[in-house]
Amino acid sequence: MIYLDNAATTLQKPQCVIDAVVRAMNSMGNASRGAHSSSLSASRVVYDTRCKIAKLFGCSRADHVVFTCNSTEALNIALGGLFVSGDHVITTDLEHNSVLRPLYRLEKEGIISLNFVPADVKGRPDYSAFETLIRRNTKAIVCTHASNLTGNMIDLERVGRIARDHGILLVVDASQTAGAVPIDMERMNIDVLCFTGHKGLMAPQGTGGLCIREGVEIRPFKVGGSGVHSYDKEQPSAYPTRLEAGTLNSHGIAGLSAALDYLNEVGIETIRSKETMLMQRFYEGVSRLDGITVYGDFDFERTAVVTLNIGDEDSAIISDVLYEDYGIATRPGAHCAPRMHEALGTTEQGAVRFSFSWFNTEEEVDEAIRAVAELAES
Amino acid sequence: MRQKKSTLIITFATTTQAMAVEKFCQDHELPGRIIPVPREITAGCGLSWKAAPEDRERLADALRDGGLGWEEMHIIEI
Repeated sequence: MIYLDNAATTLQKPQCVIDAVVRAMNSMGNASRGAHSSSLSASRVVYDTRCKIAKLFGCSRADHVVFTCNSTEALNIALGGLFVSGDHVITTDLEHNSVLRPLYRLEKEGIISLNFVPADVKGRPDYSAFETLIRRNTKAIVCTHASNLTGNMIDLERVGRIARDHGILLVVDASQTAGAVPIDMERMNIDVLCFTGHKGLMAPQGTGGLCIREGVEIRPFKVGGSGVHSYDKEQPSAYPTRLEAGTLNSHGIAGLSAALDYLNEVGIETIRSKETMLMQRFYEGVSRLDGITVYGDFDFERTAVVTLNIGDEDSAIISDVLYEDYGIATRPGAHCAPRMHEALGTTEQGAVRFSFSWFNTEEEVDEAIRAVAELAES
Repeated sequence: MRQKKSTLIITFATTTQAMAVEKFCQDHELPGRIIPVPREITAGCGLSWKAAPEDRERLADALRDGGLGWEEMHIIEI
């Protein structure tokens, strides 16, 4: 199989990640639940991983790195715990449902009012709208770093400047970029960064988290066992314990830790240039074919995603034929990005997404180009 | 019966604080180790740093200079 669905999850993980999880499952107890060596070994790995994540994303405090099981949980914690009645929030048409649904729910509950920065037919956000939509009661801009559908990236430094100039928070969904694109919370003026481990970071599923700028207060959405202050009726207020009730996925976090070592060893810039080269090669190969529509903006920074349609063929059928006849795994349909499809005009047809990773090869890309060319001809 | 002796106990708000102190002390060759919080201090659970009473000032200075957080320092008989 040629796996080109890395925007959903990276299938191939570095061997050191797999080895680390196996080692952890043979040795680690429950982090923060005792002072014997097996519990402490888990606590140490978890702490070490916080430090590595803080360094990777430019989060000034390791104890403000909170682990969750994925971006969706991180976003639910952030969005559910930041806003109070009467707040106004700005988000964009590029968002995934992991941002949209928590915000829609808050809107439906009458807690927040919501406005969208529109995207054009190429999926590019209207940057002027970030500023013109700001009101007296605007609390935050919530936006993705990159569309999971088109691969278009949002210029976070630009958005971060707007947020800072107006004294509002910037909450970022880095699901598509964490590990694949350099992120610096300080430089980009990010207040809360939500990430997942199983995509660009090449860590196990069930890992992720949020990095919180010092001074940003997020109420816990879950409370429970913390391993400290057990006779208090309330969840401890200090980060990260405030937002981490219950046993952590320390086995997965051990894998995340190994993945971060691997990323540092290879270098994010090296990974990014290879993935970009593969994406560009595929784009150039398919965009010149008759009957192919490629979506997104290829003149600006982007992730290693190329999304297309063949004529007016159903994207689900094309994806199925690609897999059945050519052994190429892609993702059709809506990709949990309803507003993005509306902007592109693809709500009915969906689109076929090809997403590349560090472990893909030029030969695989060329085979995928040949497959698309054959399908476009037929 | 076990002989009790005077001991320095440093408590923390979170396990993360405890782990940060452990790493810092190991990196800087400072004395002590992690133990469960003794009941004389708090009847809960959690981790604390145990060292000799005479190390109190040295540890406090080093942790303060290193920007490390802790809750309380106690000298108790355990």
